[in-house]
Amino acid sequence: MLAKLGLDGHDRGIKVVARMLRDAGMEVIYLGLRQSTDSIVAAAEQEDADAIGLSMHNAGHLTLGPAMLAALDDAGLDIPVVIGGIVPEPDVAVLTRAGVAAVLGPGASAEEVVATVRRVVGRR
Amino acid sequence: MTEPLTTEHLIARSIGGDRRATGRLLSLVERGGPEADRIAELTHAGADAGRVVGITGAPGSGKSTMVAALVAAFTDAGDRPAVLAVDPSSPLTGGAILGDRVRMAAVDSTAFIRSVATRGHAGGLALSIPGAVRVLGSAGYTPIVIETVGVGQVEVDVTAAADTTVVVVTPGMGDAVQANKAGLLEVADVFVVNKADRPGADDTRRDLELMLELGHVTGQEDLGHRPPIVMTNSLDGTGIEAVRRAIIAHGDHLRSSGRLVERHRRRARLELATRAGLQFDHRVRQALDSPAMRAAIDDLAAGRLSPGSAMRVLAPLVDPTAR
Ligand SMILES: Nc1nc2c(ncn2[C@@H]2O[C@H](COP(=O)(O)OP(=O)(O)O)[C@@H](O)[C@H]2O)c(=O)[nH]1
Ligand SMILES: [Mg+2]
Repeated sequence: MLAKLGLDGHDRGIKVVARMLRDAGMEVIYLGLRQSTDSIVAAAEQEDADAIGLSMHNAGHLTLGPAMLAALDDAGLDIPVVIGGIVPEPDVAVLTRAGVAAVLGPGASAEEVVATVRRVVGRR
Repeated sequence: MTEPLTTEHLIARSIGGDRRATGRLLSLVERGGPEADRIAELTHAGADAGRVVGITGAPGSGKSTMVAALVAAFTDAGDRPAVLAVDPSSPLTGGAILGDRVRMAAVDSTAFIRSVATRGHAGGLALSIPGAVRVLGSAGYTPIVIETVGVGQVEVDVTAAADTTVVVVTPGMGDAVQANKAGLLEVADVFVVNKADRPGADDTRRDLELMLELGHVTGQEDLGHRPPIVMTNSLDGTGIEAVRRAIIAHGDHLRSSGRLVERHRRRARLELATRAGLQFDHRVRQALDSPAMRAAIDDLAAGRLSPGSAMRVLAPLVDPTAR
């Protein structure tokens, strides 16, 4: 399940990722722009999502990433979260320690994206 | 999931309003096999109490936007609606991008919305949609609104699962005529001219009226019901309440005329036919792979055996009682 968390309106990257995953044979549920942690939790329950991919472009990852994990935790959902976007190296470590399953930068290839999703889903 | 739950537990929780359990059950139903059968076993009783509404029409006609507005109207009226939003799988990779939720953001935590990929395999949806409807019905959702792109077998399978089918057309470019050619008008119980804020909406309505009058809509076997035409602007909600009322009126007509029973019977027949067909296909494929058949196929390919003779080898392998 892919979503833009937060208020920025750039959805080009996430749409490219959606196509990469579809072309690898996955079913991608695209939620669109301006999602909240609550709307993502509601959708994840209804869709029985295997993994959640969040795209962020306004440097909100350090607050939004952990907020997403907390919201999932509160709902009793154990679903891996992958964050995509421009995340500086030190922040990657912070997010990973906080429980984010993987971070993908803007330069990630289709192979990398697909392999990452397969890995985090398989680990469930 | 943290603790593995039995199917019985999941169903109990789903009936109790646990959306996570409902979501999980829908995945199991979609996967098919014995687990799906078991769920059907436990959810079939009384699941038909809910209304099932099919919404179909060309891509981009505004179905998802309209479904969101419609679902909000049902919720306001005190109902507890659910949506099955069907989108095609890629025939090449089996993957899919399911984007209907984008237009349903305003209702995605009040209604239960589930995205469904067609998954290509023959008859797949014809089995999984009735299964999903049972799960949602037993969880107390009504109406269950199914959105599909109006083309081909998928749409036929889905409208077969619905009590009431709403066909959405839009102004311009002979949309109503196109819909007629695609056979969409034959399945319509309610017509919606969406994007009625656009120029040409009245022409589209007239086209539809004309086609109805000329009897082009031949499949309308239900003579007691003339499909109403409702004009909507799904962006600002104009006409949405009228669509809701038209759906309810059609449901009432089905009930009072006894046609609901007839539709349910037709649905049951189709579901059984699909199951039987899939089982039969499976047996044919197994028989074709047997050593006896491989020889017969070789002979047929080399011109040593006629197709009729090859069939006489195949038939008893598929059905030992056949001669
Ligand atoms: N002008 C206008 N646009 C609409 C209306 N309903 C939907 N749309 C737009 O039509 C486009 C396609 O809508 P969508 O609901 O995704 O169509 P679907 O493919 O049939 O599900 C979107 O840009 C909607 O905003 C309407 O009543 N009027
Ligand atoms: Mg749609």
